[in-house]
Amino acid sequence: MSELKLPIYLDYSATTPVDPRVAKAMMECLTPDGNFGNPASRSHSFGWKAESVVENAREQVAALVNADPKEIVWTSGATESDNLAIKGAAHFYSKNGKHIITMKTEHKAVLDTCRQLEREGFEVTYLEPQADGLVDMDKLKAAIRDDTVLISIMHVNNEIGVVQDIKAIGALAREKKIIFHVDAAQSPGKVEIDVKDMNVDLMSFSAHKTYGPKGIGALYVSRKPRVRIEAQMHGGGHERGMRSGTLATHQIVGMGEAFRIAKEEMAGENERIRMLRDRLLNGLNDMEEVYINGDLDHRVPHNLNMSFNFVEGESLIMALKDIAISSGSACTSASLEPSYVLRALGRDDELAHSSLRFSIGRFTTEKDVDHAIKVIRQAVNKLRDLSPLWDMYKDGVDLKSIEWAAH
Amino acid sequence: MAYGEKVLDHYENPRNVGALDKDDTSVGTGMVGAPACGDVMKLQIQVGDNGVIEDAKFKTYGCGSAIASSSLLTEWVKGKTLDEASQIKNSDIAEELALPPVKIHCSVLAEDAIRAAINDYQGRQVAVAEKQSA
Repeated sequence: MSELKLPIYLDYSATTPVDPRVAKAMMECLTPDGNFGNPASRSHSFGWKAESVVENAREQVAALVNADPKEIVWTSGATESDNLAIKGAAHFYSKNGKHIITMKTEHKAVLDTCRQLEREGFEVTYLEPQADGLVDMDKLKAAIRDDTVLISIMHVNNEIGVVQDIKAIGALAREKKIIFHVDAAQSPGKVEIDVKDMNVDLMSFSAHKTYGPKGIGALYVSRKPRVRIEAQMHGGGHERGMRSGTLATHQIVGMGEAFRIAKEEMAGENERIRMLRDRLLNGLNDMEEVYINGDLDHRVPHNLNMSFNFVEGESLIMALKDIAISSGSACTSASLEPSYVLRALGRDDELAHSSLRFSIGRFTTEKDVDHAIKVIRQAVNKLRDLSPLWDMYKDGVDLKSIEWAAH
Repeated sequence: MAYGEKVLDHYENPRNVGALDKDDTSVGTGMVGAPACGDVMKLQIQVGDNGVIEDAKFKTYGCGSAIASSSLLTEWVKGKTLDEASQIKNSDIAEELALPPVKIHCSVLAEDAIRAAINDYQGRQVAVAEKQSA
């Protein structure tokens, strides 16, 4: 049995450690006696050897998502992939129309890219999710216009872990002949991805959410049907002109190995992680006034997002110094605005401020979870003893009936 | 974000947590902030006949800096006259706790809380006096 090592990392949705097998593969591509060549060098074996491992990694990434290796374009990460996909497709197809549909709960890499396109004269519809975090298909259908050229909907939400029905959205987009982009930064190794079956045109991936290194990602660009994008990065014409820049062999090899491991191990790993997540959930769910954010069934097993009413998230995190987690409260910004994702679900600001995101991963143990349950319960009780809102709740005061002075 | 030592100390060992009888005419209660903004402070003072604050209690919903600001404030106001207490500035609290700029609003809220408690107390005294003269 492994010893309990503090602090406990429960923030795998922020990033994951690199799997030691991945790190080993990467280290073989750096030093003078390793595979350090430039994959674009055509005139010697250093280049050929590097190219060969890059293409092997491309196959590994493609294999996890049922793509053709030729459909995988290396980028610096999911943010770049989102930018390349959305701006690239919007610009290329702008002659057909300038309307884009996305969702309010998307990652900022998608939302801010859409904002930029608005400044360039595009129109963007930001769909409200249902209260469970999922896309309302009727609203999506209603939002489609004759000039809609792009739909961008994420696969797995980074905050609440809900999984969108990409296949249903893909079928709709294909029928309406609209380009469909999916931000899948959070999905590889957590849920099945089949770009063909899902009718996806463009899909963004990241390595570092799946036990690969930071600084590398990929964009799937469908060849059948052929989807075109305008390059955002110009230069030596790498990646068939879609993304210039010398390929980072070690990063790419790391992403390939990480995705290979994900494909081989995800079935067993997800079962184990689901068991740990349910253990965490059951250890907390009997407390008074706790709420689960987002649908629990359509969700990756790794994620639990809960609100502990009458306790503010940042102070809760401060009490939980033994565990590394994220909060939906943002008391560090001047606006004091809580998570925009939870607000889009229609959660009260109070509950959004009281939320914690736990994300479990490959190296989480049962002991970690049990310790987390213990310290969370202690911290919540301590802070509720300090909370005037808890007193009022206990006295039967309806907090909504009070006129608070917003500040 | 990293917290200063004094904030951590007040957060770990908050002083004067609790409640005073809000119906007692010698008690003033101030509740400021809003749940939607992520912080609510309730500060109560008990004032002696000589106008000196004899006791102070707080409860706070908010981040560590908000809890520390209100905890510190209860320590400071005890033994002060109402006049002296009303002169406590948010900048004094921010300085003492070494609050970073993004947390200054926590000290502002604490200043609001003591003002509100004093106002509440003074309002009660006026009401008591009117009742007696009536």
